[in-house]
Amino acid sequence: MTTTAPTTTTAKISVREVTKEFDLGKESFTALDRVSLDIADNEFVTVVGPSGCGKSTLMNILAGLEEPTDGEARVDDVVVTGPGPERGVIFQQYALFPWLTVRKNVEFGLRTAKVPKAERRERADHFIELVGLTQFADALPKMLSGGMRQRCAIARAYAVDPSILLMDEPFGALDALTRVNLQDQLQETWRQDQRTVMFITHDVDEAVYLANRVVVMAARPGRVYDVVDIDVPYPRTEEFRLSPEFADLRNRVWSSVYHQQGRTVADRDGA
Amino acid sequence: MSVSTDPSVGEPSTTATAPDRPSERTPRRRAAGPSRHRSGLINLASIALGIALWWGLAAAGLQLPTPPEVAAQAWTLAGTGQLADSVLASLGRVLSGFVLGTAAAIPVGFLMGWYAPVRSIIEPWIQFFRTIPPLAIIPLAIVLLGIGEAPKVFVIFLAAFLTCVISTFQGVVSVDRTLINAARVLGTKDPAIFARVIVPASTPFILVGMRVGLGSSWATLVAAELIAAPTGLGYLMQNAQLYYDLPTIFVGIISIGLLGLFMDRLLLLAERRLTGWEERR
Ligand SMILES: Nc1ncnc2c1ncn2[C@@H]1O[C@H](COP(=O)(O)OP(=O)(O)O)[C@@H](O)[C@H]1O
Ligand SMILES: [Mg+2]
Repeated sequence: MTTTAPTTTTAKISVREVTKEFDLGKESFTALDRVSLDIADNEFVTVVGPSGCGKSTLMNILAGLEEPTDGEARVDDVVVTGPGPERGVIFQQYALFPWLTVRKNVEFGLRTAKVPKAERRERADHFIELVGLTQFADALPKMLSGGMRQRCAIARAYAVDPSILLMDEPFGALDALTRVNLQDQLQETWRQDQRTVMFITHDVDEAVYLANRVVVMAARPGRVYDVVDIDVPYPRTEEFRLSPEFADLRNRVWSSVYHQQGRTVADRDGA
Repeated sequence: MSVSTDPSVGEPSTTATAPDRPSERTPRRRAAGPSRHRSGLINLASIALGIALWWGLAAAGLQLPTPPEVAAQAWTLAGTGQLADSVLASLGRVLSGFVLGTAAAIPVGFLMGWYAPVRSIIEPWIQFFRTIPPLAIIPLAIVLLGIGEAPKVFVIFLAAFLTCVISTFQGVVSVDRTLINAARVLGTKDPAIFARVIVPASTPFILVGMRVGLGSSWATLVAAELIAAPTGLGYLMQNAQLYYDLPTIFVGIISIGLLGLFMDRLLLLAERRLTGWEERR
């Protein structure tokens, strides 16, 4: 596939010919078909595609929550065999522990890492402040709005200081205004601490606005269909969002997502 | 998942559709307003009406003791210490059986939920015994365990165990997968996930199971005492029946009801405290 860079060891994340089949009793379902993708250190990659094209499956494989049927995923040149604290994961449904306060949620991974109590608290409070939830540090998740819950989940992921963030439609359930706010906050933190981000979304605007590179996937079988570079400098603001350049890129990605002909990049390039 | 719906419990103060900023106020609780008072008053009125009806029927010549007669009998039984003895005997049995039953049920339920082979071994037995009313075990228990306390406590144990084990198991298997995944991606390993995710997440199920278990223990116990016991509320009523002593039977019935209600409220209170984090809808 054209998306496959020559095999080097410079990629932070490297997905090689990953196939995932789900056993459905008599037959099996191919959720991912020989997907290859490299993500460089500090890169912000967004993944868009119709629902069911295997975006979550790909993320779960990188997170170490699922194993590929074939091929391999590498992080820092090490084959992924399970979850690890260097890969922070943000789920669409927040996945906060409802019996724990915001602070205890953020401390969860630090407790796992056996960080001493005082330091744990200090670090948790730092990240709670970063996402603007200081006032709600002792509140239970049920008292928070959707946007606040997702910010708590982001603080929980940041707290263990991962070098990679894997985000599965993190803002998908939020209203437009909250979503834009969180996009800007995420961009801001990413520009400061330069993590590697893989961000899944079904919102084309969001994909273009945030990414260095947009990966478009197609369904049945799930595969990489197109890759669009977004060569626009950061910080990106409302100005970019309203520019003709944004409109062009957005249209380019949009047509790739919504006018898929069941062909891959390779097929089309060959045609 | 909760059987209790208290209108005064604070509901999520904000919705995901509201813009994020304006919603960031300290969540407010809905006041326990006049509607709550009114429904309390209606409860009391209903109870008073029921007693009046009972009194009316007794006065109309039905073979019933009047409320004052029952109250007088309760006073007499309390004075001789008979009432307290019966209550203590019954409570002692129900509590020992219930505590043993739930103490056994919780670990077994967890094992069933966590390890599929354990589940396959235990489940058919539980399904089988669940279809047998605990009272039907009494004859067997008496033959095997004698006529002392053992058969009664055993039957209560069984009643409590069966309800609680099933709800614990259901609690474990219905723990949200994404919560387990969230813990795993933070580096948490299986034993810690069990203690820090599975156990707290299934507490609401366990507590509901305990409440149902306590209810069925209490019902089973009193029935068991009617069949064979030298003490207890069931025995008190059984004995009164021989002498056609209706007031004592009424005292027995009312005591059983009040104690059952009291124990249920106690567990409900514990449930509220331990599962206040749940989102009630
Ligand atoms: N555990 C599973 N068992 C069977 N099929 C699955 C499972 N997980 C996902 N799938 C299927 O794989 C496909 C891709 O799923 P997913 O990765 O969740 O897609 P996306 O996130 O892009 O919407 C879907 O058709 C889905 O039904
Ligand atoms: Mg998905």
